Amino acid sequence: MHPAPSVIVFTTLSGLGFGLLVFLGLGLPDVSGLVAFVFFAIAYGLAVGGLLASIFHLGRPERALKAFSQWKSSWLSREGCCAVAALLVMALYGFGTVFLATAWPVVGGIGAALSLATVFTTSMIYSQLKTIPRWNMPLTPALFLSISLAGGALLAGQETLATGLLIIAGAIQLAYWVKGDQAFATSGTTLATATGLGRGGTVRAFEPPHTGTNYLLREFVHVVGRKHSQKLRVIGFTLGFALPVLLLIFPFSGLMLKHLMAAVAVLSHLAGVACTRWLFFAEAEHVVGLYYGKR
Amino acid sequence: MTQLPPSTTRKMGLVIDLDTCVGCHACVISCKGWNTENYGAPLSDQDPYGDASGTFLNRVHSFEVQPPACDAQPSPAAQLVHFPKSCLHCEDAPCVTVCPTGASYKRVEDGIVLVNEDNCIGCGLCAWSCPYGARELDLAAGVMKKCTLCVDRIYNQNLPEEDRIPSCVRTCPSGARHFGDLGDADSDVSKLVAERGGFDLMPEMGTKPVNKYLPPRPKDQIEDQIDILAPLLAPVTEGAGGFMGWLDKALDKLPGQSSGGSS
Amino acid sequence: MTFQQPQVNTSPDVSDEIRKTTCYMCACRCGINVHMKDGKVAYIEGNRDHPVNKGVLCAKGAAGIMQINAPSRLKAPLKRVGPRGSGEFVEISWDEAISTAVGWLNELHETAPHKLAFFTGRDQSQSFTSFWAQNFGTPNYAAHGGFCSVNMATAGIYTMGGAFWEFGQPDWDHTKLFIMFGVAEDHDSNPIKAGLGKIKARGAKVIGVNPIRSGYNAIADEWVGITPGTDGLFILSLIHLLMKAGKIDLDYLSRYTNAPVLVNAAEGAEKGLFLRDDDDKPLVIDRNTGKLTAFDTPGVRPDLSATHTVDGVTHRPVFHQIAERYLSEDYAPEAIADQCGIPAKRIRAIAAEIARVAFDEAIELDIEWTDFRGETHQKMTGRPVSFHAMRGISAHANGFQTCRALHVLQILLGTVEVPGGFRFKPPYPKPAEAHPAPHCNGRPGRPLDGPHLGFVQGPEHLALKEDGSPARIDKAFTWENPMSSHGLMHMVISNAYKGDPYRINTLFMYMANMSWNSSMNTTGVMEMLSARNDDGGYVIPHIIYSDAYNSEMVSYADLILPDTTYLERHDCISMLDRPICEADAAADAIRWPVIEPDRDVRGFQSVLVDLANRMQLPGFTNEDGSPKWKDYADYIVNHQRKPGIGPLAGFRGKDGDKVGRGEVNPEQLNRYIENGGFFVEHIAPEAAYYKPWNKAYQDWAVGMGIYDSPQPYLFQLYVEPMRKFQLAAEGFGDRQPPDHLRARIKHTMDPLPIWYQTDQQGNEGYTINALTQRPMAMYHSWGGQNAWLRQLHGHNPLYVPTKLMRENDLQDGDWAKVSSPHGEITVPVMEMAALNDNTVWTWNAIGKRKGSWALNENAPESTKGFLLNHLIHELLPARGDGMRWANSDPITGQAAWFDLKVKLQKTAAPEDPSTSKPDFPPLKSPVDSGPKDLKWKVGK
Repeated sequence: MHPAPSVIVFTTLSGLGFGLLVFLGLGLPDVSGLVAFVFFAIAYGLAVGGLLASIFHLGRPERALKAFSQWKSSWLSREGCCAVAALLVMALYGFGTVFLATAWPVVGGIGAALSLATVFTTSMIYSQLKTIPRWNMPLTPALFLSISLAGGALLAGQETLATGLLIIAGAIQLAYWVKGDQAFATSGTTLATATGLGRGGTVRAFEPPHTGTNYLLREFVHVVGRKHSQKLRVIGFTLGFALPVLLLIFPFSGLMLKHLMAAVAVLSHLAGVACTRWLFFAEAEHVVGLYYGKR
Repeated sequence: MTQLPPSTTRKMGLVIDLDTCVGCHACVISCKGWNTENYGAPLSDQDPYGDASGTFLNRVHSFEVQPPACDAQPSPAAQLVHFPKSCLHCEDAPCVTVCPTGASYKRVEDGIVLVNEDNCIGCGLCAWSCPYGARELDLAAGVMKKCTLCVDRIYNQNLPEEDRIPSCVRTCPSGARHFGDLGDADSDVSKLVAERGGFDLMPEMGTKPVNKYLPPRPKDQIEDQIDILAPLLAPVTEGAGGFMGWLDKALDKLPGQSSGGSS
Repeated sequence: MTFQQPQVNTSPDVSDEIRKTTCYMCACRCGINVHMKDGKVAYIEGNRDHPVNKGVLCAKGAAGIMQINAPSRLKAPLKRVGPRGSGEFVEISWDEAISTAVGWLNELHETAPHKLAFFTGRDQSQSFTSFWAQNFGTPNYAAHGGFCSVNMATAGIYTMGGAFWEFGQPDWDHTKLFIMFGVAEDHDSNPIKAGLGKIKARGAKVIGVNPIRSGYNAIADEWVGITPGTDGLFILSLIHLLMKAGKIDLDYLSRYTNAPVLVNAAEGAEKGLFLRDDDDKPLVIDRNTGKLTAFDTPGVRPDLSATHTVDGVTHRPVFHQIAERYLSEDYAPEAIADQCGIPAKRIRAIAAEIARVAFDEAIELDIEWTDFRGETHQKMTGRPVSFHAMRGISAHANGFQTCRALHVLQILLGTVEVPGGFRFKPPYPKPAEAHPAPHCNGRPGRPLDGPHLGFVQGPEHLALKEDGSPARIDKAFTWENPMSSHGLMHMVISNAYKGDPYRINTLFMYMANMSWNSSMNTTGVMEMLSARNDDGGYVIPHIIYSDAYNSEMVSYADLILPDTTYLERHDCISMLDRPICEADAAADAIRWPVIEPDRDVRGFQSVLVDLANRMQLPGFTNEDGSPKWKDYADYIVNHQRKPGIGPLAGFRGKDGDKVGRGEVNPEQLNRYIENGGFFVEHIAPEAAYYKPWNKAYQDWAVGMGIYDSPQPYLFQLYVEPMRKFQLAAEGFGDRQPPDHLRARIKHTMDPLPIWYQTDQQGNEGYTINALTQRPMAMYHSWGGQNAWLRQLHGHNPLYVPTKLMRENDLQDGDWAKVSSPHGEITVPVMEMAALNDNTVWTWNAIGKRKGSWALNENAPESTKGFLLNHLIHELLPARGDGMRWANSDPITGQAAWFDLKVKLQKTAAPEDPSTSKPDFPPLKSPVDSGPKDLKWKVGK
């Protein structure tokens, strides 16, 4: 799949933003006033920023509101609904904490659940697609949820939780790569099933329909070299999970340094997740590539 | 609506004969012409006189098939198959259910999968969900384009009855494309599918495509029949008098020449 | 939230009006419905009533809408201001353009008409352009047949009075086995596709003989991936097997062919010629009486076997020679299998299958008919094996004899003009002797003494001057290529450049991209076109060129006469020319301006009329000096070749009710338009088969004006005119060939088909065959300017068989250096498994020169795209005898494109952006390039 910056930014930032909202909704950290405002501003900045970025992915962004209508069947629509609901509920909750110094736990709990649901719906947009075997696995929602929670915990300053969640997320990421690398081969879809010509012998894609490129090739066919991919995996894993965990468990002395290191951990995590998210798209092979002899 | 109808009255679709398609691209361009001028936004082309790329609803791939070696055919020749591909109007169309706006829908009356372009936000998810590459986002219009099965031809009262078929079918020079109701077991297309062993593309996807493909017939098998054919080439020259001897006898046997009449 | 299914307007307006005309996106001439909205072209589809395409339309035809908006269209007459080849022009008025042309031409007409060489490329008005050239008085006229498929056409006409494509077609409705050889997929494309579809629908069998398994060959049930240039050998082996098994139609051979005709065996000037009676009729022996009899005597039963002995000399029938030659074990499958690259078993199986279908599955139609000897037959017996072939077997230096072999095979099987076999389309059948002989004598201010092109019957018809030198600039109809019935357009520029046989003053060309894809030795041609004399003047002083588009050739001309597109013009697809008839019908068609040009351009034929009028060319001018016709449309309606016969056969006579023959009808074009742009006259069932011998057909043809009197004839298994050239080479006769050609003429002008290896001297080390084909969706270079078609074939890889890919360590997308004795190119490769193991190929005419066709600099056609032409020379490599022999068929002069042999070597990709080599500097473009985005919708 084409690793479009808009979808990478969207899933990375909004995942982190909603992850933070989950923790804020659960009262972790239990903040109010200006501090709460800063936390909520960061969370909303990330979540809304991510959502806005996703709009750039649209051919007709001015019609984006229509996307709320099909929640019954469409994960994308559900995501939109969940996101808006989560942002509204959490706004109410945030209003309480920032301006009234009151945390309404029920509202926060609902908001947290909706935020988590938003991340889940995002992951289901990808996970539902049988056409992309690497995504079409239960590990995909697990990956999105665990990264969102780990990032949220990290941002929320929940060191212990974050450490644990980062380790879990890192483990899921590794599992995702291992399973994902086998996904296409085990999906049962081959050029033979794609063309129905397998009974005659070995099928090979000869000429593409057009000599030039097209939307399908631009959107679905992205070849990442194996070496390149391994390198990025190491970078993504190190920055996204290993380094933040190390920074969290290393006993820094001094609050400033601790905060600085926490900030470094957050940025490292963000960069690492963005890197793995690039791979998430770039390595995903759509079955339509079979028809073009490219997958 | 984004949800699929539980069933459709008819299942209109195409049957494509891979034994007959010569890969001429007539259907591709006819489709481009009709659908540029008709349903929805025109199919645009970017950098049309440079490194061009445009929207097409139907494209012809080609594949090579290498039959396995066997005793009768120790080095069988590879075969080339031209393979037109457009929307298969699946019964269980994932492109419809993923659509967040309801722009993509499957018609109850004939099963045609359409995009209501006024509602399309161009998110591309339907194209992602389609295993066949049947949908292309038009860069100029920002909306998803796909085969409409020429819904604006097949019922069009302004066209003569015989022309109420998709543009690609009407134009196909070799007659490799057939159009009809695949939900009706007695229709010509259904009979063709039954006779020739029509098949689905990627059945494992569970999309239940309406369009069917007819397989290429077995090829390059004439040498296998050599035992039946060989007697036909038994030399006449080995008889008495050789070829000229045979010739004289054969000429005598010609019917009715001397009488000036013919058989 | 539930959505209502939207209401779709399923009956939108399709168009305001449908204008029916004839396609010209290739040379097939299909009928098209042009749908108009607001006066603009909205959509183009096939015309269901049209005899050629019956409603279907290919990719090119449907893309016509992108041709009429192509930015490459020339906008106004142009005068060259930079050097030739620069592309620097200024626009001028038509007045200036015409007077410039008249200034150059009129002087030639009045002093030395032969100094004009007028050649047309993709032309469908040859009867008109040749009429113009004839009246100008120059012998130097032809169209592009010489580098296209003259071998096929000429071999067919000499053998049986017609060939494939516009001459005839398989009996698609009855054939049970269809065999095609080297078919060009752009020729007769929709009818062949439709025919294949019919065959496939019946489950009948198709055999494809072609080194490349693409297109039609991809759907062939049996593919014979033959070694290029060996088709003739394969066919002769089939003949060998079939004859040996007696699987030939003796009845047919005795009645309808010259197999029983006696050949003079007496030593001397008549040896090998037919025995003839006092009326010059070939003689046979009547098996009933044993007497020598004219072949067409009523009741005669021509004997294939009996000989005739006079004065101790035994004269034997043609059939004896056929048997003698082809029963030889030299043609046994085992003897030729390796050379052809086909296992002997496979050759036997194919021969047996042909025998089985022809004889065990013979069909009979219950239709009574009467033959030319007056005999009535109750049934029509068909042998349902049919053949088709095109350039693949034609464009070799042994192509003429190979095409002859194929026709002889069909005839031996008795499958020509019978149900299920091959059928002629009117005005064919028409034997060689019914065609004119070539004419080449012109005098200043006077018309030529007759039509330029024709069919020689012997050395007496060669176009030689009194001193024996060639009369024509292209050396057509000379000892080098005596039967060059289509001329040799591919030799014009190099001969003119060399001044051999003489210098010319003006080269006038129409739609012929000679400085690019229509020439061998492309670089050389560019140099010759821009070569200068010592005095600084050009070697070819004037070049006038007419084209609708900014092709590469435009840059090499001095004066450009911009033509219209096909939807903006009048044309006639005439039976005097290249007809569009069907086997069951005579038909012709027109083009008419369904839209008006939005540029200052004029139809080329109308410009020719204008030029002729200003020069007052005879034939174009009334006795009072006034012009006969004001433009081409006027000519189409009012010109009469013979009284009552004009360019169009339909709607003749004052009331438009006469067919074929009839006086001029001023309303004729309107009647054509009302009728859908064409005219069809059907042939009665009793006249539909056995046309060369069928009284009913012959009478119908006379009524249609096709013949002046019935012209029954025999199929020429043995071509007597060829023997006359052999006799000359043996020293008989007044006109004698130069000594260096004697041996070759004796060898190649064999009156019975032979096969010989094409000349490979000087090619040592170049072992791989290299071919080109045209894709079905592109026509020559035209498709490259079409926004839709060029997306299908925007560049062309070199297709390399799996074996050579492995041997050369190549993978898709790698680059290879391909070289021939003449040149070298560097090109991208792509693997193809369904390909002869020792053959590489590419699509023809995809590569474009930068700056041409209004394409942008990044157009893949001019970066990755390439021409194979750079590797092909019009002359063979030097062989050390002091001569340079032409790279063409020694009989017809057909350019031997497909004899090319190359070497292949992996190489690094050229620097980014990857550009194939050779790379030429960009041409300046007299037209602007197109828009960045195309959203073509004319309706609201």
